[in-house]
Amino acid sequence: MPNGQEDPAVSGQDDAGARTLFDKLWDAHIVREESADTPAVLYIDLHLVHEVTSPQGFDTLRARGLPVRRPDRTLATLDHSTPTTPPDANGERHYFTPQAKSQVQQLERNCDEFGVRLEGWGSQQRGIVHVMGPEIGATQPGMTVVCGDSHTATHGAFGALAFGIGTTEVGYVLATQCLLQRKPKTLRITVDGRLGQGVGAKDLILHIIRTIGVNGGTGHVIEYAGEAIEALSMEQRMTVCNMSIEAGARAGMIAPDQKTLDYLRGRPLAPRGEAFEAAAERWLALRTDPGAEFDREVRLHADDIAPTLTWGIDPGMSVPVTGTVPAGGAPGTDRALGYMGLEGGQALLGHAVDIVFVGSCTNGRISDLREVASVLQGRQVAAHTRMLVVPGSEAVRRQAEAEGLHEVFLAAGAEWREPGCSMCLAMNGDLVPPGKTAVSTSNRNFEGRQGPGARTLLASPLTAAACAVAGKVVDPRDFLPAPAPKREAA
Amino acid sequence: MDAFTTLTGQVLVLPEENIDTDQIIPARFLTATSFEGMGDHAFADWRYDREGQAVPGCVLNEPRAAQSPILVAGRNFGCGSSREHAPRALLGFGFRVVISSEIADIFRGNSQNVGLLPVVLPEAVHTRLLAMDGEELTVDLEACEVRTPGGERHAFEIDGFARYCLLNGMDRLDFLLAQDQTITRYEERHERQDSAAAG
Ligand code: SF4
Repeated sequence: MPNGQEDPAVSGQDDAGARTLFDKLWDAHIVREESADTPAVLYIDLHLVHEVTSPQGFDTLRARGLPVRRPDRTLATLDHSTPTTPPDANGERHYFTPQAKSQVQQLERNCDEFGVRLEGWGSQQRGIVHVMGPEIGATQPGMTVVCGDSHTATHGAFGALAFGIGTTEVGYVLATQCLLQRKPKTLRITVDGRLGQGVGAKDLILHIIRTIGVNGGTGHVIEYAGEAIEALSMEQRMTVCNMSIEAGARAGMIAPDQKTLDYLRGRPLAPRGEAFEAAAERWLALRTDPGAEFDREVRLHADDIAPTLTWGIDPGMSVPVTGTVPAGGAPGTDRALGYMGLEGGQALLGHAVDIVFVGSCTNGRISDLREVASVLQGRQVAAHTRMLVVPGSEAVRRQAEAEGLHEVFLAAGAEWREPGCSMCLAMNGDLVPPGKTAVSTSNRNFEGRQGPGARTLLASPLTAAACAVAGKVVDPRDFLPAPAPKREAA
Repeated sequence: MDAFTTLTGQVLVLPEENIDTDQIIPARFLTATSFEGMGDHAFADWRYDREGQAVPGCVLNEPRAAQSPILVAGRNFGCGSSREHAPRALLGFGFRVVISSEIADIFRGNSQNVGLLPVVLPEAVHTRLLAMDGEELTVDLEACEVRTPGGERHAFEIDGFARYCLLNGMDRLDFLLAQDQTITRYEERHERQDSAAAG
C-alpha cells in the first residue's frame, strides 16, 4: 500500500479500537467469520510439513483426487525419523527401523507427486522444521503458520500466529490452505527486569510453565512481553515461544521489533530491497496497541528466575538448580519421584547424570551451541557421562563447524551428530536407556519420551554443558567464563 | 468418520492427571504411514514391560478394558504433542468417549476430527465419575448430557459445529471445500495488497 496510508487490517488507533498483536493477525486472516453455528475459516500463509504427521494427509488428497492448493505456501523437511549418524561408505543411511525409512521415502514421493518443495537429504537447508523455517526466512511477522507439530508455536517469536495441528487438519490445509478455528482467548505474560548471569531463555520459560501450570495456557494464545523478553535475541525468543504448548497454549507470540527485522534481512525467502522496507513498516505496526485488552494477564520479575531444571515427568515439575524436589505425599508427585528414581525432598545438586543431550527445536541453534562450547572449551565430559550434540539444521552444523565448535565438542569427548530431532523424541534410535538419567535441552520430560524408562531433566544449554563436565547436576553459574579481572584497589 | 449420537457402555477409569500423548501412543509407533492398527499400541508402555510382557495389574490389560467405550481420565488429559495418532489409538483400542475435567486443546480438536467424543465436565461431577470404574454411563450427544444408571444427569457443553459434525459423521473437509470461491477471493485481495505494499 502507498506510504503514509493506514491499512485498517493492521493498525488500531484509539483505545476503543485498540487491538492486540493476536487480534490483528486473526482479523487479517479471516476468510469467513465465525458464527454460533460454524467456526471461522482461517487462511494459512505457511504450511510446514514433516514425515511423521503428513502421510495420511496426502492420502486424503489422493483419495479425493485433489491437488495441493498452494504448493508455493507449503514447505517440507525430514527431521523426526532421520538418523543422525552419517551415511556409510556406500552412501547408505542406516535407519532405526524399516518403517522409518519408508516414512521418509513416502514424504519424498508425496512431495514429488504434489509439487511440494522438500528440503530433504542433500539439501543444505534441511533441518528440524522449527529451526529451518525461520532460518531460511520462510517464517515472517504477520503470517499464520501451521504444521502437524505442537512446537510450531516457535515461529511466534517473529510475531506470527503459529500453532500445531493434527494430521486430518494437515489434509485440510493441503487441500484448501484453510483451517476451521474458534477464536482463542488471549493471555499476556509480562516479564519485568533482566535475566541474571547464567540464566537463559530456557530457564525463563521453565519458570513461566511452573508458575502458570502445564494447563495454565489452555484455550489461550500467549503474548510474551516486557523488558526481559525485549532483551532476548531472536533465537532466545524462539526458545520461549517453542515451549508455549508445555503450558497448554497452542500459540505464543512476541511483537516484531528491530531485532526481528535485523534477523530477517537477507534471509533467502525474506523480501528484498524496497519490498523488505515496505514489509518492515507493516510488521512493526503489528505490535499490541496501547490500551488493548487481554483476557488474562500474568506479571513476573526476572530477578525471581534462576537456572532451572525439571525433576519430574511434566515440564511444570521444575525447581531452581539449588532447590530441592518436593516431598512426596500426593499421588502425582509420588509417581513422578518413583519414575525418576528420586527421594522426596532431596537436593538436585549432585544428582548423577548419565547422558547429556544438546539439541532440538528448543535449543539446537547456533547460539545454544556457542554457549555449550564456552563451557566445554578446555574441559572434559565426565568419564561416566555420554554427551550428544545434535545441531538443529544443516545451516547450524555448517556454522558450528566454520567456528570450530565441533572440535571443542569432540575434544571434550562429546559426540557431534548430523541434524535432526534425535533424542528429543527418540524415534530415530537415539535413545536414553531405561533407568538412565539425561539432562536434555529439549522440551518434554514425559515418561518414556526419550526412550522407554528414560529419566529426563530439562535444562538450558549452559546447564546441560556444566552437568556434562561434572557428571552430575551442578549450578551453571559456577562455570561461566571468569569476568575480566578488576584492578585491585591500592 | 462414524457418526456419534448416544452410547451406553462401561466406564474405564484412569485417574492419573496430565496423561500426555506420549503415554497414549509412544513416539516409536509414529513411523507408520497409516493409522491402521494404532489401537494395538495405545498406552503401550503402561500395558507392556520392556520384554513385551503384559504388566500385571494394569487395568488396560483387563478383558473389560476393550469392552469399555467410555474412558474417564484425570485432569488435563491429552496434553503434549499434536499427534493425531493419540485419538486414533484410543478409537482403535475401543474407546468412543473421553471424559475429564479438562482436555488439552489440540487433542480435543483432533478427537472431534476423527470421531472420538471429548466431554469436559465440572470438577465435582468429574470427581464422582472417577469413582465409577466398571459401571455404566450413557453419553447422549443429542441432549448434550451424561446420565448415570442412578438417574443423575450432567449437562456438558460442546462447540455446536463439532457436535453437528459428530452427530452426522460429517467430514469438515467438505465444508472447507465448499468455501472455495470465498477462499479464492481472499487470496486475490491479499495478494493484491501484498504486491501493492511491495511495489
Ligand atoms: S526437536 Fe523434538 S519437539 Fe522439536 S520438532 Fe523435533 S521432535 Fe518435535
